[in-house]
Amino acid sequence: MFKFDKLVFGDAGWGDEFLIATLMTLLVSILSMGLGLFLAIITVWAKIIQNRITRFIANFYTTVIRGVPELLVIYLIFFGGNAVVMSIAKVFGYNKYIELNALTIATIAIAVISATYSSEVLRASYLAISKGQIEAARALGMNKFSIFFKVISPQVIRHALPGIGNVWQITLKDTSLISVTGLVEIMRQSRISSNVEHSPLTFLITAAILYLCLTTISGRVFKTLEVNYSKGFST
Amino acid sequence: MIEFLNSLQNSLIYKNFFLVLSGLDNTILLLLISLPLGFVLALLFALGRVSKITLLSRTIASYIFVIRGTPLLVQIYLIYFGLGSVKFIRESFLWYALKEPFWCGVIALTINTVAYGAEIFRGGIQSIEKSQVESGLSLGFGKFLLLRKIILPIAIRKVLPSYGNELILMVKATSLVSLTTYMEMTGIARKIMAKTFAPVEAFIAAGILYLFLNFLMVQFVKYLEWKYNPHLRLNN
Repeated sequence: MFKFDKLVFGDAGWGDEFLIATLMTLLVSILSMGLGLFLAIITVWAKIIQNRITRFIANFYTTVIRGVPELLVIYLIFFGGNAVVMSIAKVFGYNKYIELNALTIATIAIAVISATYSSEVLRASYLAISKGQIEAARALGMNKFSIFFKVISPQVIRHALPGIGNVWQITLKDTSLISVTGLVEIMRQSRISSNVEHSPLTFLITAAILYLCLTTISGRVFKTLEVNYSKGFST
Repeated sequence: MIEFLNSLQNSLIYKNFFLVLSGLDNTILLLLISLPLGFVLALLFALGRVSKITLLSRTIASYIFVIRGTPLLVQIYLIYFGLGSVKFIRESFLWYALKEPFWCGVIALTINTVAYGAEIFRGGIQSIEKSQVESGLSLGFGKFLLLRKIILPIAIRKVLPSYGNELILMVKATSLVSLTTYMEMTGIARKIMAKTFAPVEAFIAAGILYLFLNFLMVQFVKYLEWKYNPHLRLNN
């Protein structure tokens, strides 16, 4: 039933393939988490500045993406992304066929999803900063730039870390959906291997264990970070 | 105006909308079975999790740990492809359910939502003030009566917002069942895409329907919150 001998490293088994696939999952997760945080900062900024249009766009984006299945978003970006990029390129006078590679599409798709969750976390933690602090910084003559980096960001990071940890877990698990685009990460690798070896149970359980390890280890990392960032606070 | 309506009727998105709509009942069927089943089981699991029997509590804790640590897609595949490849399962009565993608989807979704739901309900049960339980005990309530009259009502209404979130995640999760060849909305949208090579139109039609479904879910949860939190209503 469970074929351990198929999981050895080298040509006889799938061990090394799974190692590369795990690294690919990690790479996609980290890249899309980073891009997602960047998008989330822009979304939060669009929501908190007093501008109806940007706020409407940001709210529309987060509501729609969070109300639609992740798989649908991935399909849309995977199948529709090339056309969009090509039409943008056409505006700039580039008429050749462009094909984005799977990693880029995967990163963008997962980032678009992860950004909506991150933006809620970041917005809540921004609102948790008392207004007096920003006013005090302004009274000291700090400019917008240093207020953001020296007053707002350190506190937002501390407030947001537990929530960001949750978003990371969601993002990590969402990368399994990327397998439908053909990018070889853990899920895709387990499907390929089980098709070759006719033993789905072995490789799917392997995939489950790998995901479990990834989520557990990264959970520990976030716990350590939380302790580190809340030094001096009795929370 | 009429010209616009005619062009709308001929547009791909309009046609796709009704094609995808025909998958709506399959999506709802998945939810109608897995959500109530998941709710009841999640409550039972949460009670087991907070019980003083260490073995039961530990077992449920590790179940929750495994399910929450792995993607739903792995669970669906494990049940659909994995269990189907085991010989004695194929020969047992379980095969009647497991050969159907629909029942595999229902089982996977239920297993998944039970783990998340149990964790949510555990939070609710543990947040109940001791004084409430003590006052129940002082009135001579038995264990079962205490559970039925005090613990569960307070716990459930406290966690309604986060359980509502879980319900919406479940609506979105049904789309993954399409990967087991079950033809619900995402599966149909995917098929349309393969036929017409017009991805955006197909998936937007499906997206609108999912948004609508989630909108209904949000309203339903809001109504439940309103109904079961009479003390929080502003004017009654």
